[in-house]
Amino acid sequence: MALIREGRLVPDPFTDASGLENLPAGVPLIVSLEQWQTRRSALLASGQRLGLRLKSDQPPRLIAADLGYFSVIALEFPKYRDGRAYTHARMLRERFKFAGEIRAVGDVLQEQLHFMHRCGFDTFDVTGPDPEKAWRTIAGDHTVAYQATGDGQPRALDLRKGTGP
Amino acid sequence: MDPTGQMVLANRLADGQVVFLATDGSWVEDIARGALARDAVAAQRLLADAQLAESRNVVVEPYLIDIRDAAGRRQPVAFREAIRAAGPTVRTDLEG
Amino acid sequence: MYRYDEFDHTLVAERVATFRRQVARRLSGDLSEDQFKPLRLMNGLYLQLHAYMLRVNIPYGCLSSRQLRQLAFIARRYDRNFGHFTTRQNIQYNWIKLDETPDVLAALAAVEMNAMQSSGNCVRNITADQFAGRAQDEIEDPRPWCELIRQWSILHPEFSYLPRKFKIAVSGAPQDRAAVKLHDVGLYLRPNGAGVIGFEVIVGGGQGRLPYVGHTIREWLAKEDLLSYLEAILRIYNLGGRRDNPQKARIKVQVNALGAEEFRRLVDEEWEQIRFTPQLTVPRAEIERITAYFADPAWEQLTDASATVARQRSADPAFDVWNRANVVAHRRPGYAIVNLSLKAPGIAPGDLTADQMDKVAELTDRFSLGELRVSHRQNLVFPDVQQVDLQALWQALQGVSLATPNIGTLTDIIACPGLDFCALANARAIPVAQDIGRHFTDVAALQDIGELTINISGCMNACGHHHVGHIGILGVEKNGLEFYQLTLGGSSGEDASLGDRLGRSISAAEVPVAIEAIVTRYKALREGEERFLDTYRRVGLEPFKEAVYGQNPPRRQAVA
Ligand code: SF4
Repeated sequence: MALIREGRLVPDPFTDASGLENLPAGVPLIVSLEQWQTRRSALLASGQRLGLRLKSDQPPRLIAADLGYFSVIALEFPKYRDGRAYTHARMLRERFKFAGEIRAVGDVLQEQLHFMHRCGFDTFDVTGPDPEKAWRTIAGDHTVAYQATGDGQPRALDLRKGTGP
Repeated sequence: MDPTGQMVLANRLADGQVVFLATDGSWVEDIARGALARDAVAAQRLLADAQLAESRNVVVEPYLIDIRDAAGRRQPVAFREAIRAAGPTVRTDLEG
Repeated sequence: MYRYDEFDHTLVAERVATFRRQVARRLSGDLSEDQFKPLRLMNGLYLQLHAYMLRVNIPYGCLSSRQLRQLAFIARRYDRNFGHFTTRQNIQYNWIKLDETPDVLAALAAVEMNAMQSSGNCVRNITADQFAGRAQDEIEDPRPWCELIRQWSILHPEFSYLPRKFKIAVSGAPQDRAAVKLHDVGLYLRPNGAGVIGFEVIVGGGQGRLPYVGHTIREWLAKEDLLSYLEAILRIYNLGGRRDNPQKARIKVQVNALGAEEFRRLVDEEWEQIRFTPQLTVPRAEIERITAYFADPAWEQLTDASATVARQRSADPAFDVWNRANVVAHRRPGYAIVNLSLKAPGIAPGDLTADQMDKVAELTDRFSLGELRVSHRQNLVFPDVQQVDLQALWQALQGVSLATPNIGTLTDIIACPGLDFCALANARAIPVAQDIGRHFTDVAALQDIGELTINISGCMNACGHHHVGHIGILGVEKNGLEFYQLTLGGSSGEDASLGDRLGRSISAAEVPVAIEAIVTRYKALREGEERFLDTYRRVGLEPFKEAVYGQNPPRRQAVA
């Protein structure tokens, strides 16, 4: 798995078990919402570090009360065109104050990294051969923003000093 | 009116112009210079060549069209393809 | 009008640079067409029947003479000497080359224009009343709010991959000239009971295959809540709009599936959470800064010159007719609003040649303080003409075929590009408009018929607004031939309604004949000054059905 964080490939300690029947023991695990709901007490008792993978039709509010158990929330883009996870990421960061890792998984294209980052994603499972290059390519594409998100970048609206025509 | 054959039509990638696949593998704007496949086998061969050109980023969306004979000239059977081949039926004042 | 500052300039320049890189990657094969398509669409570039088409935004319909000259330059240098104004205050070029597109975008950026989000599943160009800031019936100028919404919507990190496209229109006048109720979100500036001006918020209007008139989900919204409320709507739509079927992915389907009440409840619930966040509040200084760009121009102190104009009109019947059809009252004494008709007989509606653009730019400087407007009915507007100049302007416009006195009449036709250009079309639209234009050339007869809109679309996507034409014409394809389906009784105004199907579709050659029959029947049925639409609403479909199909049913055979 090619995971990008702050522009660098980083090792991923987690095993994505969301598609697995038998959950491996002794390693950090990413589980699906269904796995979490059905095996919750066993997972908590195992002492494994946990991550949760949410499909694009599973909004984070479904597990808002459980977020404290997870160090990673992986949000899925089934197709790059499915933009729901942008909203999910903002909800996690800005509404539920989730401070762990938010990971973009699925159909994650280079040209979308900027918007994802601004919505609160911090790791990316980028589609394509050279994710570091992908990150370098888009870095600096946009230095001005008209919108404020949870990332703290100021809007043009706030930077202007009211100087008019 | 039976089609007298099939041709491959596409848009050229770089400028979007409507082009036809010619027998030498080049892409031409003039329908009269494009390759005309007289049977299904030849047509499939043309289409395969076109798809190769598409994968090599020469053209976009190539497909086969039926051609009929119109007083000795090639004419796409479908109205839509006839407009693609000949250009808009309006604004002919501003061609070129 | 609004001017870019350093931030706006940087944003657009960076966008052009990014697209230049993307185009290079496409040409080198680094990106496949599948990967590239969404990127080019987000920059307004389509691949159509003959070539690439570039759609350029004219934000809320405002254009300067300098920008128009640049549009003329682009038409000459990069296209085939003309452009086409659309029903959404855009201009389209039909023969743009992919490898030259970054240069075209740079040329646009040089005059503070762009093509960002003129396509794609994102918030499109914000549209408005073309008489904004000038109309006598206006409550408040919508343009500062349009600009604020424009900025909020451009490259929005959360809302650039919506289920489907999203169109917003704003009007500040009770008379709706912007088809507000047919938009995903429509906004009317309105006073509340205490006389404070805010927004009536309408959601879920739209045309296309499933046409709906929008629902008011909020009678009055305070201005300071505008962005947070829009953000709440977009968020509910982004999460809940259908993504399984593009035909059902617009917000109108979501609103109508949930019911307007439930949709409103969801929006309100979300809105309460974000309403007071600083991220969605706009500093007062910024609102004032933007508003200042739309301050009244340097109008002269004039007195009303109607008497002079009346004398000129009585001396020249042609000038009189043009005044009646194309000149609109201005809120400032001594000034007038002038419509430039892009519907001369035989011309493709909305088309303007590069030479005409240059001439119009020159006339804009001479007669209208350097600024003009574009209307959703595909015409141009000079917003600030001195009444005493009307006659000179009229004469000058005649020289470039832009003085046809037909605004609001039967030949002021909306037509989409149709099968002559559009890859999605089923039938041609432009030649049908041209035929009608050639059929009804008698100016006095047109004036007698009065207000009657004809809207033509080349397919169900309804870019030509056929659902809301008083007479709508929809191109359909049957066995490889073009046919046309007529609807009656549509309206895009404050009394918005969708047209009713008249009967079976007819051939192109029969369309002018059918229109003639409908008009003749209307003239026989109308009471007093009644408009066609009102007569139709009073008498219904039957008399017109009989007029078109009754004694002399149209032949089934189409003429190709
Ligand atoms: S209505 Fe149809 S034919 Fe006309 S421009 Fe839209 S998509 Fe094309």
